[in-house]
Amino acid sequence: MANTSWYTVGKPEQRIDAVEKSTGKVRYIGDYSAPGLMHAKLVKSTQAHAKIISVDTTEAWKMPGVRAIITGEMFPYHIGPILADRPPLAFEKVRYYGEPVAIIVADHEYQAKRATEKVKVEYEPLPIVNSAQQAFQKNAPLVHENAAQYTKIISDVYPKASTNIGSHIKIRKGDFDVAWANSEETITATYSFNLSDHVAMETRSTRVEINPAGKVIVHSCSQSPFTIKKVLNQFFNIDVGNILVHIPMVGGAFGGKGTVQLEPLAYLASKAVGGKLVKLEFDREEDMTTAPCRIGFDATVQLGVTKEGKLVAGKYTYLIDSGAYTDQAAGITRAAALDCTGPYNIPNVWCDSYCMYTNHPFATSFRGYGHPELTFAVERTMDQLAEKLQIDPLQFRIINGIKPGDTTPTQAVLTANNIGDLEKCINRAKELIKWDEGQCIKSGKNKVRTKGISTFWKTSTTATNAQAGAIIIFEADGSVNLNCAAIELGQGTKTILGQILAEKLGMDMNKIHVTMEVNTQYDPHQWRTVASSTTFLAGRAVVFAADHAIAQLKKTAAVVLQCSPDDLEVGGGRVYIKPDPTFGVDIKDIALGYTYPSGHSIEGQIVGIGKHIQRHLTPMDQQTGFGKPGPWWSVGVQAVEIELDTRDFTYSILTGVTVLDGGTIINPMTATQQMRGGMYMGLSYATSEKFVFDEHGIVKNSNLREYPMLRYGEQPTEYLVDFIESPAIDGPFGARGIGEYGVIGAPACLANSLSIATGMELNKLPLTPESIWQRKVEGTI
Amino acid sequence: MNRHNGTSKAFIHLHVNGETKEVGVRNADTLLSTLREKLGLTGAKRSCENGDCGACTVLVNGEPSHSCLSLAVEVVNLPITTIEGLLDSPVREAFVDKWAIQCGFCTPGFIVNCHALLTNHPDANEEIVEEWLQSNICRCTGYQEIKEVIHSLLGSNNHSIKKTHPGLSK
Repeated sequence: MANTSWYTVGKPEQRIDAVEKSTGKVRYIGDYSAPGLMHAKLVKSTQAHAKIISVDTTEAWKMPGVRAIITGEMFPYHIGPILADRPPLAFEKVRYYGEPVAIIVADHEYQAKRATEKVKVEYEPLPIVNSAQQAFQKNAPLVHENAAQYTKIISDVYPKASTNIGSHIKIRKGDFDVAWANSEETITATYSFNLSDHVAMETRSTRVEINPAGKVIVHSCSQSPFTIKKVLNQFFNIDVGNILVHIPMVGGAFGGKGTVQLEPLAYLASKAVGGKLVKLEFDREEDMTTAPCRIGFDATVQLGVTKEGKLVAGKYTYLIDSGAYTDQAAGITRAAALDCTGPYNIPNVWCDSYCMYTNHPFATSFRGYGHPELTFAVERTMDQLAEKLQIDPLQFRIINGIKPGDTTPTQAVLTANNIGDLEKCINRAKELIKWDEGQCIKSGKNKVRTKGISTFWKTSTTATNAQAGAIIIFEADGSVNLNCAAIELGQGTKTILGQILAEKLGMDMNKIHVTMEVNTQYDPHQWRTVASSTTFLAGRAVVFAADHAIAQLKKTAAVVLQCSPDDLEVGGGRVYIKPDPTFGVDIKDIALGYTYPSGHSIEGQIVGIGKHIQRHLTPMDQQTGFGKPGPWWSVGVQAVEIELDTRDFTYSILTGVTVLDGGTIINPMTATQQMRGGMYMGLSYATSEKFVFDEHGIVKNSNLREYPMLRYGEQPTEYLVDFIESPAIDGPFGARGIGEYGVIGAPACLANSLSIATGMELNKLPLTPESIWQRKVEGTI
Repeated sequence: MNRHNGTSKAFIHLHVNGETKEVGVRNADTLLSTLREKLGLTGAKRSCENGDCGACTVLVNGEPSHSCLSLAVEVVNLPITTIEGLLDSPVREAFVDKWAIQCGFCTPGFIVNCHALLTNHPDANEEIVEEWLQSNICRCTGYQEIKEVIHSLLGSNNHSIKKTHPGLSK
């Protein structure tokens, strides 16, 4: 719980970016234009799998304003964040519909776009791999002929030669086979859902120039500015120090802006026109298909249990449709394995998680990083097994809920510090959803109201050396600038970091100036703004920077006040003597050093620096998965109540509940925003969203008219959000991460409620009235 | 215009936020690109360019309009209001007060549409509100906060909304 003595932590301080955003004056990446700015547009594949026979640019060169055309063979190399398997521009063959084939640079955007239509690409079609299941079959067509020969960029990725397996992650804990054989009740169930999209309202956009001194200057809407530097260094041989990346405020990301795709293309485009400033912006269709999307998922879950309801064995087979390239799907394959059980203590665990190449648009991280998908599979199975055992589904989850002293699937040991309190979350959610009123109530002649629940957990699977830094610089008026490379993408991170600093300094929020833009030359290195890691990593860096500044403030003040620094306290814009607070000095009088009446001056400006790096994380053992993948696990429970019309399976969502134990909540309103928005996103996904592919692997609905999402009025009638705050001792003021968590359990609890309402096991997403009707027509599984 | 495939150019006058502005446009330029690239009014956002998301919403003659779907040359004699002309709208303040802003990219379009809704239907019921606001997409908030914005300004709370119809001026 929020400590009552805290000054600002735990209080709903207004977001520092809200007023500016409300006026339309915030400059996002695409809001910049300048005379001489050149524009790049992509020629994209019209086929999902085909040999490139020829690329004829003759006619395109004749179009007005065209200054450069770049084709795949000009840069015939592979790049990627985990496995380098993706050519920035396709050469030799294309592997998905929408894949970049050539870049045209022209004076105006419309000129570049027109010229793209004049490029003639001749293809020879190849057999299509149109699902993860198909990809997994022996003798399936190969999306990559030489997958095993690609360079591994990080460990924990295992492509398999002559298959479509881009990676295979194994968990082997205990002895599953024996435990399964001895189980008194068992269940096996399968699940499936298609690829879908992030649909951040801001489409991806970048601009790049190469100045004559060789500096590569990138402006982008990215979650990973330092990864852009890394990629340009690794694959284009540019010195890291010569790459400058600027990130303004980002118009939504949801994981989709975590990987690096546009920047290398824009770099090639700028290079082709002598380093001039070139802008490359995706339109909506490109943002949905050419840019990376969300994984598809097939799962088989087997659970073995005693007749008292104690889980003893769990086996999980996950096929992740990563599309044409592994990108972050290779990491999701790993993340889905290491948390495969959901928040349950199961002594014998076996998991095979496969990253499958298909001829779909390639997939990357999406808020939750595989957890909404695995949680759906696990939580649907838990409900079905509870029914078999005739145990209340909540009670069944409490019996098996993971606790301090238990181990995770990778055998990481849990303590009161690194995991939240699941049972408290369940009990609070039970109250909020009014579970005891009944899970299934007939509410009208053809209407039924039902409740579904889901638990969830997730660790923050960062790089083992993930880190963040912060620099705080005091102004002459005693106010403070906070610079760090955390990206503001709507989640409110800059407000949270400002609050942490304000708390440490005992200062009002309006005295804290958080730099919104990120500049990799001024800001300390930060791993990335992903994985719900920023409050923890950057938050700790801010705490250290504040301590560093406080030590300096006390040192200067001790000279001025003629006392020991140990006697001093900082707060309220002053440094004062603890036993006699009236005796002190204003920070403004020492912020730039202290000047005596004689003119003599001491100490100089107060500049605090702080940093934090993950502690004791390890890769996973290839054979067993053994390892420590993340610093902590936030846990939670979600529930919905829906009302279904039993005649046509239309339904409305009445209530959405989230109870999260994310440690101390720094700002209850921004945290609530994250939980509501997360629920919306998870429910929109579960009710509506998927890419439709034809038999040729072509995406048929890459626009917002045909790609359905929940719109205003279709959201739950009410969202109920609450937090259990079991502090993480090593988090800033006890905070863990929360950003992704609102999404994770939403699809599962919706499907659980609809399964009860319809009397059918609904194991595929999305759950539209039509898909439910089809399920009824098909009968039993 | 067809013969020139939309590439011929013209100088036109646009009446934006109470001011008359001279701009040189191609006949194929949309109102959205003209506002953003010629007049520096970047509050209206480019997002779907297909009339599906509402991020580019502006008022044309007091009515909400997808500026990605009209050509600049189509609106020369009509008053246009963008988010930059609604800084005094109580809707803007309510979006801040009700926590209806996260990434902020959809916000200008929503504020413009909500402002027009409350101007046209000061006592709108939920059905009307839904019909109007389903033309805009917010991917961050889950709509609860936007609903609170509208409800805080409907009916008796609505006296402060002024009709935004600046007419033609110089």
